Amino acid sequence: MARITAGVGVSHVPAIGVAMDTGITDQPYWQPVFKGFEFSRKWMAEKKPDVVFLVYNDHCTAFDASCIPTFALGAAATFTPADEGYGPRPVPVVKNHQKMASHIAQSLILDEFDLTIMNEMEVDHGLTVPLSVMYGDKKPEDDWGVLVIPLAVNVVQYPAPTGNRCYNLGKAIRRAVESFPEDLNVVIFGTGGMSHQLQYKRAGLINPEFDTMFLDKLTSDPVGLSKMPHVDYLREAGSEGVEMVMWHVMRGALDDDVVEVHRHYHVPASNTAVGHIILENKNA
Amino acid sequence: MKKDYEDIPGTFVFDADRSREGYHLNQFCITLRLQKNRDAFNANEEAYLDGFPMTPEQREAVLKRQWNRLLELGGNVYYTSKLAANDGINFQNLAGLMTGMGVESYREMMLNGGRSIEGNRYKSEWGEE
Repeated sequence: MARITAGVGVSHVPAIGVAMDTGITDQPYWQPVFKGFEFSRKWMAEKKPDVVFLVYNDHCTAFDASCIPTFALGAAATFTPADEGYGPRPVPVVKNHQKMASHIAQSLILDEFDLTIMNEMEVDHGLTVPLSVMYGDKKPEDDWGVLVIPLAVNVVQYPAPTGNRCYNLGKAIRRAVESFPEDLNVVIFGTGGMSHQLQYKRAGLINPEFDTMFLDKLTSDPVGLSKMPHVDYLREAGSEGVEMVMWHVMRGALDDDVVEVHRHYHVPASNTAVGHIILENKNA
Repeated sequence: MKKDYEDIPGTFVFDADRSREGYHLNQFCITLRLQKNRDAFNANEEAYLDGFPMTPEQREAVLKRQWNRLLELGGNVYYTSKLAANDGINFQNLAGLMTGMGVESYREMMLNGGRSIEGNRYKSEWGEE
């Protein structure tokens, strides 16, 4: 059977993608951001997952205001990097494990998570930046070297799904993965965050104490953490910090007991605190 | 529905009311993610905007690039950032403009760890109601 062996939490700041795409990652501004992913790239190479289940949000790219699904699962064969207003990122097309994605969609809906199914979808930096930081530089003609099942979560129009709902969705994703007959190693990504506010007069808000608490509790008290109300994210971590609910999907899909094998935290990347964590199931 | 986030200073939470108010403005902005639409908009902004039934205030804010006004009128920053990107303004510089600090001091603030949460949790701390 397929199984989820580890979880990755990672910010998806678009400027990180731009830094990689323009080859300026060794500049003093960016060097500390990328230093924290050196371990992660080695870890990915050793872990070699067959499939990454990637929880992310679209930033008004593939989804406009006409249709706002709370959870949308990518079931297409491939996902093309989108033009977000400054040209598409020069990175490979993302390939799905289409059969497994359909299986997960069916399993989740019967498990009472009423998903939207996307048979055509472009993907923006929310999905490609996490792949880039974890897999390194790739050109459009390359292959990511992993199949990716995307799950897009609405965090743009309030309210995003609750942390508790996300956590329980993670549990249902685990049941879905474990009922898929192929013997596959799956790593789940929760992306976005950490503290940041991109808009209006409070833009630039960064709250390292909040972020550290969040990273700590992913291991020590994930259930308690998942109960945090939206207003706490909005107030303490900035209006866009609410993206962190997506990390609960990742956490819910793991064992109750996990080992933190890596953590990276750096301020700033553009407007944002970059956070990254790798959690392994104790019995993986 | 009670809005327990309305007492956060300097922040617009993009909820259903704002989404409804800003719908046509945001739908205009998202068209600018494609080059052919950027070309058409840049060739004749007024004519391009005629295709979107936004309010006169929204239209004026677009033409004058009043970034905060766009948010006050229902715009969401992920949409308005498409208009900024069309103008060659990246997200960090857009944020710098919205804070009123200007691009350089904003960048400096971020390099020094960003805006502290202390004194920035409640409107009352900003002397606002």
